[in-house]
Amino acid sequence: MRLTLLNVIIAVVLAIAFAAVNAAYLVWAERRGAARIQRRPGPNINGPFGLLQPPLDGIKLMAKQLTIPGGADRIMFIIAPVLAMFPAIMSFVTIPFSDSIVAKNMNVGVLMIFAFASMGSMSLLIAGWSSRNKYSMMSSVRAVSQAVAYEIPMLITAITVVMIAGSADLTEIVHQQSKSILHWNIFPLLGNSHNILMPFSFLIFFMCTLAETNRAPFDLGEAESELVAGFHTEYGSMGFGLFFMGEYANIVIGSCMTTILFLGGWGCPFGLFPGVWWFILKLYLLIATFIWIRWTFPRTTIYGLLNLCWKILIPLSLFNLLFTAGLLKVF
Amino acid sequence: MVAYFTEIFTGLMSLFIGMGITFKEFFKPTVTVSYPYETLTMSARYRGHIELVEDEEGNPQCVVCGLCEKACPSDCISLAGEKPEGGKKKVLTKYKLDFTKCSLCGSCVESCSFGAINFSKDYNLASTNKEDFYFDLLKRLEERKK
Repeated sequence: MRLTLLNVIIAVVLAIAFAAVNAAYLVWAERRGAARIQRRPGPNINGPFGLLQPPLDGIKLMAKQLTIPGGADRIMFIIAPVLAMFPAIMSFVTIPFSDSIVAKNMNVGVLMIFAFASMGSMSLLIAGWSSRNKYSMMSSVRAVSQAVAYEIPMLITAITVVMIAGSADLTEIVHQQSKSILHWNIFPLLGNSHNILMPFSFLIFFMCTLAETNRAPFDLGEAESELVAGFHTEYGSMGFGLFFMGEYANIVIGSCMTTILFLGGWGCPFGLFPGVWWFILKLYLLIATFIWIRWTFPRTTIYGLLNLCWKILIPLSLFNLLFTAGLLKVF
Repeated sequence: MVAYFTEIFTGLMSLFIGMGITFKEFFKPTVTVSYPYETLTMSARYRGHIELVEDEEGNPQCVVCGLCEKACPSDCISLAGEKPEGGKKKVLTKYKLDFTKCSLCGSCVESCSFGAINFSKDYNLASTNKEDFYFDLLKRLEERKK
C-alpha cells in the first residue's frame, strides 16, 4: 500500500514536471515555429536559440500581482485557472508511454481521459462567468458550445477504436496494434476490423482534438480580434500562466491520445529500435502539426465551426461507427 | 449528396494545399533584419537631415553664398563665413540646422549649385531633448571625418 502511494506521488510529481517543462518549451517551439513560417527569427536573444526565453517569461509572470477585478466572484475566479491545469495533470497519470512507463494503468483509461478532458471546458466557463466582463462571458459561451459539439464526434471515434480493440484499456489498445505498422488503427488493413475508413476517423479525431484544446483555427474562445483575449482577459500573473500551461498540457494529452488510439503508441514500424522514443517521436510530430496548423489557417467563424461539427464530423463519425460494427460482425 | 461529399473533399484538399505552402515557407531563410544588431543599407534617395559635402582636402565645398538659407521655407538654416586674409573664397565658419522645424523638403539641396549639401542617411535620431535637434553641421562633418 505504501509503495503504491509512493508510486502515485512520484508519478504525479513527474507528470507535473513533464507538463510544466512541455508547456514552457512548447511555447518556445510555437514562437520559433511561427517565426519560421512567417520568415522571421523569433525569440533569439536570451540564450542560444532563445532557449532561456520560457524560464524568463515564467519568472516575469510569477513576479506579477494577481489582480481580481471589482465585482468578480473571487473564489470562482481563483479556482478557474487551477481547474484548467488540474485535469491535464491528472490525465498524465493514466497515459502509458511504454509497456512499463505508466503511473497507474486503468482498464477504463479512455473513459478517464475523456472525463478529465471534459472538465477543461468547465474551467473556461467558470473563468468567463466569474470575471464579470462581457468579452469573457461571450468567450465562455462560445467555448462551451464548441466543447459540447466537438466532444461528440471525438467520443464516437474513440468508441470506434475501443470497439476494434475490444478494450478501453490504453495499454491493451496499443498491444492490439503492436504487430506491424499495418495493424495501427490508422491503417487497419490487418487489424480486427479491416476498416478502410479509419484514416478519415484519424482526421476527425485530430480535428476534434484541435477544437477541444481550443487551438487555432478553432480558438474562438480566445479570438483576440473580437473578444480581447476571451476567458483570460482579466487574468494576469500566474492565473494567466496556468491557463497557458493548461492549454499546452492539453495539447500534449490530445497528441498522446491520438498516438495511442491511432498511431500504435510506442509500437515501432518494421521492428526498428523498439522503445519509448517511438512514442515521444510520434507525440512531438503531432504537436509540431498542431503548431503548423495554427500558423497556416485563419480562425473560423462560430457558425462555420458548429456547421463543420454537426453537419460533417458527427454524421461521418457515426457512419464509421456503424460501418466498423458491421465489419467486426462479419470478420 | 454528391455536392456534400465534393465540398468535403475540396475543402480538405485546400487545407492540405495551405499546409504545403507554410511547410515550404518554413525552410526558407528569414527576410527580416534584427534591427539594433543588423541594419539595412539605406536606399540612394533616402532623405535624412542635410549634411555638408567635403572636397578632396576634407574641407566643406560650401562657398557661403547663402542660397540654401534663402531657399528654406521654414528658416531652419543659418550660416556664416568669412574671407581669410589673402584668400580668394569665403570659408564657412558656422552652419546651423534647426531640425525641429525641417520638413525634409529638399529645397536647400536643390538650390545649391555647388553640390555642397546633400541628404544624410542618418536615422538614429531619437531624443527626449529638443536641444539635440539643433545640429551644428560643421561639427558633424568633423566627426564624420574621424
